[in-house]
Formats: sequence, structure tokens, C-alpha cells
Amino acid sequence: MDKHILLRELDTPDIHKFDVYSANGGWEGLKKALSMEPSEVIDLIKASNLRGRGGAGFPTGVKWSFIPQSEPIKYFVINADESEPGTFKDRQLMENNPYQLIEGTLIGAYAIQATAAYIYLRGEYWEMGMQLDRCIEKLREEGIIGENIFGSGFDIDMYTHLGAGAYICGEESALLNSLEGLLGQPRVRPPFPANKGGGLYKEPTVVNNVETMANVPWIMVNGADAYKAVGTEKSSGTKVFCLSGDIANPGNYELPLGTSVRELLFDYGGGAKDGREFKALLPSGASGPIIPLTDEVLDTEMTYEAFAALGTVLGSASFILLDDTRDIAWAASKMAKFFHHESCGKCTPCREGTYWIDKVMDRIMSGQATQKDVDNVFDVAGNIQGMTLCALGEFAANPILATIKNFPEDFAEYTNQTAVEPVAEPEPAAGD
Amino acid sequence: AWHCPYGILTRKNENNMQNALLENYREQVEYHLSKYPEGQQRSAVMPLLYIAQEHYGHVTQDGIEDIAEILDMDPTQVKSIAGFYTMYREKPKGKVWLHVCTDLPCALRGADEFYHELIDELGIEDGGTTEDGMFTAEHVMCLGACDRAPMLQANFRFHEHLDMDKMRDLMAKWRDDVNAALSPTDYGEEVGFKEAN
Ligand SMILES: Cc1cc2nc3c(=O)[nH]c(=O)nc-3n(C[C@H](O)[C@H](O)[C@H](O)COP(=O)(O)O)c2cc1C
Ligand code: SF4
Ligand code: FES
Repeated sequence: MDKHILLRELDTPDIHKFDVYSANGGWEGLKKALSMEPSEVIDLIKASNLRGRGGAGFPTGVKWSFIPQSEPIKYFVINADESEPGTFKDRQLMENNPYQLIEGTLIGAYAIQATAAYIYLRGEYWEMGMQLDRCIEKLREEGIIGENIFGSGFDIDMYTHLGAGAYICGEESALLNSLEGLLGQPRVRPPFPANKGGGLYKEPTVVNNVETMANVPWIMVNGADAYKAVGTEKSSGTKVFCLSGDIANPGNYELPLGTSVRELLFDYGGGAKDGREFKALLPSGASGPIIPLTDEVLDTEMTYEAFAALGTVLGSASFILLDDTRDIAWAASKMAKFFHHESCGKCTPCREGTYWIDKVMDRIMSGQATQKDVDNVFDVAGNIQGMTLCALGEFAANPILATIKNFPEDFAEYTNQTAVEPVAEPEPAAGD
Repeated sequence: AWHCPYGILTRKNENNMQNALLENYREQVEYHLSKYPEGQQRSAVMPLLYIAQEHYGHVTQDGIEDIAEILDMDPTQVKSIAGFYTMYREKPKGKVWLHVCTDLPCALRGADEFYHELIDELGIEDGGTTEDGMFTAEHVMCLGACDRAPMLQANFRFHEHLDMDKMRDLMAKWRDDVNAALSPTDYGEEVGFKEAN
């Protein structure tokens, strides 16, 4: 990237400082927004084709337009829970360019005429939370947060709120429960967060990801067409790609959507670690389906559509790489542990299914399992799909279904050696 | 000096008070209460649990009752919130709480080996505490530092690009002065704890 939209500290050192941020175009987007009607701001974000960077890729302007303007109290909530394995982009944005997130949030809050904004950070990011608190305090002093900001007549307050270690609180309705001081479990929908009754304190609420909102000031200043000129027709703008696992240069790379996988992995990532070959790619952390890293995949454009066509998702673009020495069944067992640990327990298929999958994967790893166990775990995962209250259930099924489908030989390595009885019927989870 | 409103950096106060959180942390408690709208004070239960944990060393029944009183909640509700999250400890732990990430991306960069070497050297099992009460070590899920593995959080502070040599140095330093495991000046250089102004 010649000039970053998001990771701007790479072009402008010290962009995290108020003076530096302000001297480099800071607050121009906010001032422009405040000079427009709120509905015009929403239309502009809609026209830019900005899509949510938290995983689901939902069009941001469309989400804002669902908020009923007639309601007097509305909230804007930033999802900084970032807990997907392999994801560390929101952290870099908050550490190095916090004012840009705050400016984007103020613009979003103005667009929906929110009364207050909350930034929900995972507890482990408390130091970033403190940094944001200091930024917010500075902006109160400067009159950029508070009453009548920039003389616009718009009042807004902003606070941080810390989670305390629960992946499920990244799911937006669980996040809202957690913010309300309830158990961080997903809510039954409808009503959706944008509706009266479904949001924070039952008021209409927008929940957006950190990276999504960091794009907003740039779009306000440069316009929707300029943003659409970056990326592809359906996937506009840039994306921060997180590279982890068996890659020479792990880290965050901001690139236009539509860049090829090959360019990201070789020109930026430096290829596989220790001169080896790539075997597989998890493009959206542990929650999206794993795919073999073939030449076809390397030549694919990184867009939401192209990854769907590959049978996986671009999601949060947290690329975990596995090289040719890796055992994919082992990787599946790691992911099974993750989802078993993180299932919130509210619905039975996910609670019992993740428990059972983890248990059978342990058995496969111990070399005690047969092909029947592999078939069994595949069935259990299939039975979670479509049966759960939130998408974590789907996420938990993916690592099992996709690993067994795409890398059956890695499982056969374990089951060929044994001739013991398969595990019997699923047992109920023992209170964990 | 900046005061961490979440209590993560504050020092333990041994005074035996009526409501220890209100007596000792009134400013922080009131700050958190002020963040949420009228009638929604329950939202402050998470920040107050952090403060209680800091004050009592772990989330004790006294801490739960202090919070319940402040927020007008049932103590069992406060307790269930504490139990839901992994960052609240319900039992006493070592002075330095080591959370080593062994999730898939870190495991691909040697985290499992690192963790096992660490607990072997400490002479403890997974989740155990050393006999001198100094260290508790647990393996945890992704902490958002996968590109800097092996890594851990010690009392919730990031330490990254680790190996056992670096770890021995860090542990020797903490044994010398346990405050070093908390003090902001000890903060790793790579993670930007920055001046906003
Ligand atoms: C189990 C689960 C975990 C999630 N974790 C996160 C997260 O850590 N950060 C995030 O922004 N979105 C996460 N999401 C997606 C959110 O529910 C929501 O779609 C997103 O915050 C919306 O913001 P966006 O439209 O800007 O992407 C998660 C979803 C699920 C089901
Ligand atoms: S699918 Fe899993 S995580 Fe989601 S609500 Fe059900 S039990 Fe909880
Ligand atoms: S997997 Fe260890 S920090 Fe992400």
C-alpha cells in the first residue's frame, strides 16, 4: 500500500497523538458529517459500499438506516472484543491510531443521532481501553466529545467497557447483555439490536467492528466514489489481513480487497516459514472452513464473493497458515478445544455438540479411534448446524466438517493403526 | 499520574471496612456508575468485579457482597457473572498469574512446547501454583498476539516473542520485586502504551 487508510502509523509516525492526528486531516470527516443531515451521512456510507469487518460483511450504511429516527434514545456500540484465533488487527488499530476509531464512531453516532457510544473491549485489551479513555478525556477538553460538538448542536458521550474473557461476547447480542451487566449469552432474535426492544437497554442500537469504523472518516473526506475506486465492485476499500501460523513474516497487512492471495502470502508474508510449502489456509480464524492452499486459491482475489465461491469465507480475514509438515487432524482438535471452551452453554446442540466433538477429537489424537469415530464426529458437527441460537454453533461445526472433508488422509493416519471399539453414544456434558 | 479506573493496577488495601470497595475506591466506583444511564447501574458489575479482585486478591464472598450492595443486586447474580468469565479468579492464585496462549496460531509457532517447558521448570501442573505462592500458570485461548508467539500475559500484561531464556530473566526480576510484574514502567516496548496528548 502506498498510502494506508487504516494502518496510518506506517505513513505518519505518532498518529496516535492528538496534535499529529489533528494536523493530518483529523476531524475533517467529522466536521463534514456535522455539516450534513444525518440521513445524508447514512446515504454516503451506503453509497461507499463499506461492509462490516467484524466477520459477517454486512453493509454498514444499510445497518445504520435500520435505526428508527423517531426513538429519542439510541446507542452506538463498538465491538472491540477481538477474540477470534488469529485476529489481532483491531488491537493494532487501537494501539496506533485510536483517534481515527473515535472519529469514525462520532460520525456513526451522529448519523444515527445516538445519545451515547460505548466501546466494548475484551478484558485482555484493558491497556488499549485505558489509552482510549485518555483520548476520550482529551477530546472532552477539546470540545470534540460532549455537548454541542464543533458548534453543531449535537451532543454525544463516549465510554469504554471491559469484558473479562469470553469469546462469545464478540457476538453482538451477547456483547449487549454483557454491557448491561447480564450473563454474556446471546439473545433470542427478533427483536434485533436496531429495533426498539432489541438493543442496549432495549433501545435501538448499532454494533460495528473497530476496523469498520476506522474506515469512516476517510470515506467522509474523500467520498463514496473514491472509496469504491479501491478494491473491487462488490468488495470496496482496503482490509487489514492478519497473517499467523506457518508464515515467514506474520503480522497485519492492509491491502485493497481484490488483491490476490499469492501477493499477500508471498510479497508481504514472505512465503511459508523456514522455506517450506503451504498446505492449508484458515481464512477467517478458527471459525471459517479450512481449504487446501492450491494454485487456484493462490490466484484467487481476496473478496467476500470469491472466498464464498471457494467454499469458505473471507470473514475477519485472519489468515492462519499451515505448512506441509502439519497434521490437519491435530489442528481440528485444537479448534475443537477452542469451541468447547467458548460455547456459552445456552443451547443444547452447541453445548453438548462441542463437548462431544472435543472428546472424540481427543480420542482420535490418542490413536485409539477408528474410522467410525471420525464418521461419528462428522455427524455430530453436521447436527449442530442450523440448530443453534447464534453463529458460534456454525463456527464450531466448520473446523470438523471442513477438515474431514478436505483432508481425510490426515484422519486416516490415526484411525488406520487401530482396531478398537468405537466410542459409544454421546454422553451428556458434565457441567463444564 | 494516570490511575487505572479498572483497579487492575491499584495496590491492595488491607483495611477492614464496612464496604471496602466504597471506602477505598469511591472515586473509581463512582466513575463507573456514571458511565451508564440512570437505572442501569448494573452495567458496572464487571468493572466493580475487577476492583474487588484487586482489593481482595480474588473475588471473595465479601467482594461479591460489597458489589451487590452498591448495585442493589442479589449476591448470587454477582457471583454468576464472576463465574461466567475467565479473567475473574474465584480462588487465591500466585502473585504473578501467567496466562500462556496455546491456541492454534501460537501452537504453530512453538507455544505448546514453550508452555510445557515453563510449567516443568516451575514444577507445577497446568493451572497450578508454585509452592512459594509466586506463580500460577494456565494455558489460555487466543490473546490477540498470534504474530508474536510464544507469548503470555502476566497479571494481564503482554509479554511477547518469548523463549525460556527471556522467561527466566523475567521471572527472576519478578521474584526480586513482585511489583515489577505490575508496574507500568516494566511495560514491554513493542506494545504501545502511549501518551495520547
Ligand atoms: C461467536 C461470535 C463471535 C464474534 N466475535 C466478534 C468480534 O470479536 N469482533 C467483531 O467485531 N465481531 C464479532 N462477531 C460479529 C458480531 O456479531 C457483529 O456481526 C459485528 O460486530 C458487526 O460489526 P460489523 O458489521 O462492523 O462487522 C462475532 C460473531 C459471533 C457469532
Ligand atoms: S450456539 Fe453455542 S454459543 Fe451460541 S447461544 Fe448457543 S450455546 Fe451459546
Ligand atoms: S493464538 Fe495465541 S495470541 Fe492468538
